[in-house]
Amino acid sequence: MRKFLLSTLAAGLLAAATPALAHEGPALEKQEWSWLGVFGQYDKAQLRRGWQVYHDICSNCHSLKLVAYRNLSYLGFSEDEIKDFAAEKQVTDGPNDQGDMFQRPARAADHFVPPFANEQAARVANNGALPPDLSLMAKARKGGPDYVYAILTGFEDTPPAGHVVPDGMYYNKAFNGGNIGMPPPVSDDAVTYTDGTKATKEQIAKDVVSFLNWTAEPELDVRHSLGIKVLGFLVVLTAMLYALKRKIWADVH
Amino acid sequence: MSGYKFDNKVVQWVDERLPLFTVLRHSTTDYPTPRNLNYWWNFGSLALAVLVIMILSGIFLAMNYTPHTSMAFNSVERIMRDVNFGWLIRYLHANGASMFFIVVYIHIFRGMYYGSYKAPREVLWWLGLVIYLLMMATGFLGYVLPWGQMSFWGATVITNLFSAFPIVGEHIVTLLWGGFSVDNPTLNRFFSLHYLLPFVIFAVVFLHLVALHQVKSNNPTGIEIKGPQDTIPFHPYYTIKDLFGVGVFMTIYLAFVFFAPNFFGEPDNYIPANPLVTPAHIVPEWYYLPFYAILRSIPDKLMGVLAMFSAIIILFFLPWIDSSKVKSAKFRPIYKQVFWIFFLNALVLGYIGGQPPDDTVVLIGRIATAVYFLFFPFLYLLGKIEKPRALPQSISAAVLKAPAQSTEKA
Repeated sequence: MRKFLLSTLAAGLLAAATPALAHEGPALEKQEWSWLGVFGQYDKAQLRRGWQVYHDICSNCHSLKLVAYRNLSYLGFSEDEIKDFAAEKQVTDGPNDQGDMFQRPARAADHFVPPFANEQAARVANNGALPPDLSLMAKARKGGPDYVYAILTGFEDTPPAGHVVPDGMYYNKAFNGGNIGMPPPVSDDAVTYTDGTKATKEQIAKDVVSFLNWTAEPELDVRHSLGIKVLGFLVVLTAMLYALKRKIWADVH
Repeated sequence: MSGYKFDNKVVQWVDERLPLFTVLRHSTTDYPTPRNLNYWWNFGSLALAVLVIMILSGIFLAMNYTPHTSMAFNSVERIMRDVNFGWLIRYLHANGASMFFIVVYIHIFRGMYYGSYKAPREVLWWLGLVIYLLMMATGFLGYVLPWGQMSFWGATVITNLFSAFPIVGEHIVTLLWGGFSVDNPTLNRFFSLHYLLPFVIFAVVFLHLVALHQVKSNNPTGIEIKGPQDTIPFHPYYTIKDLFGVGVFMTIYLAFVFFAPNFFGEPDNYIPANPLVTPAHIVPEWYYLPFYAILRSIPDKLMGVLAMFSAIIILFFLPWIDSSKVKSAKFRPIYKQVFWIFFLNALVLGYIGGQPPDDTVVLIGRIATAVYFLFFPFLYLLGKIEKPRALPQSISAAVLKAPAQSTEKA
């Protein structure tokens, strides 16, 4: 049994190392996130601050198409607050009884209204660059939330000697190639938090990355709390199965 | 067997008309199993358990999935966000695929270590390899369905391999694509086939079990069953042992599902497929990587594809390539070493397959590819020259003589 466990463990580690090692790229500084670890959960106050950052800053260029306004209730916003958030934007609906399409304020059931009508409109407004949809950003890049945080805080006014930054681009040490089309989105006091949190650049970046991790993994809180119960149950069940196995095999040994 | 009378009248009534319970009895309480199977023998039933989980979770995913290039990605995200416990079903399915391959790889390597492919189990071994091939196909088809960047580009790279074959190659690729590039017809047929193949796998698993029950399980000594003193009934001994294995397995599997659900995945697959943007580094799913490494080690495309396919096909001939009369590596001192070299080499190939191909990677890949293929002729020669250690008289003799070493190790 011991030999078996040891070799399984060794093989498991090797197998686990294989895909893990395949992920290379610049080393990312690991940040402390409230949802890390098996007991980790989102900090709802932080998610609300992150929503504010997205709402005030990011949403001017970046869509969040996979998220609906109703989803914000998970962050602790009331129905009325959500209605107000949604009503800030207009959506095309219809056709009505006359057969005409019409504009109406967005409703809680609508998905976040994108800032641009289509890709071309987005590119024209952004010097040719396309601001990507952020719904899944926190798990669509190697490093996940750490990467997004590194991008938000990786802007430097003076690039290293010899590095050429083309017109309309910005130097960002975390971005592949160093030149990014996005102007530095966060700075100290770029937002004023309603809950009195001091809005440093780092704080703003952390909050919005947390929010974006929630948009990418809205199930995380439930997943973690259910996971602990399921694994607890399995450990007990497996221990009992082992005891039963010993008992049934007693006469063979 | 046919004469057996069941105590329960209803059971007896049914059994006289449909021998359901006779078959069940025959394959459980009556089925003689070597008394010395160790925990490596758990992985067969474990693989069956995973197959069932995959089919069940897959059925529920299919209820909510839309196989259209413009909707597939979002339908998967709808499963993740709006379907009740959709995230759980999808993560069970996605991680289940990786678990299935881990379990089956252990099962295959166990067969190699203990010589389970040798007479009279050649057909059993073949059927297992057929299942493995079907799994590879099913896994590949399934990975395309979420229609992320890796889905799209993985599909493009892998289907393009077939274009290496002269004359028919282009036609095969057009047929696979249903057009002239990976597009909606490709996604549609892949979805259809991805739903079909698991049931084909199930059928071959059934044949695998029929063959197993004909030739009976091999065991760590590699000596055939000589009499009742060598065996114990499958039920309750191995049913409980397998159940315990399932418990351990589920704990590990669900730890991934709940706490690291994207560990085996590629971040790029959370970016919707875009035929105009090629990802910097296209990698297939981890379970193909050893063969992908072999493919990349050969400079010529056609030769590379042939090498990749022959790396699997050669396993069908293993029962004849291995010329040793002794099955278990336990009694083959040199084979035991060679086996572990082969195993480590497979891991090296897997690692290399996932790396961007720079000079060192290509060189190591070529050496490992050579080692992979040299293993087989060496195995043939080894059987002729190796002096096996003395075999025990029988399974029970081995158990009684050295209980600490060769009995079940619980």
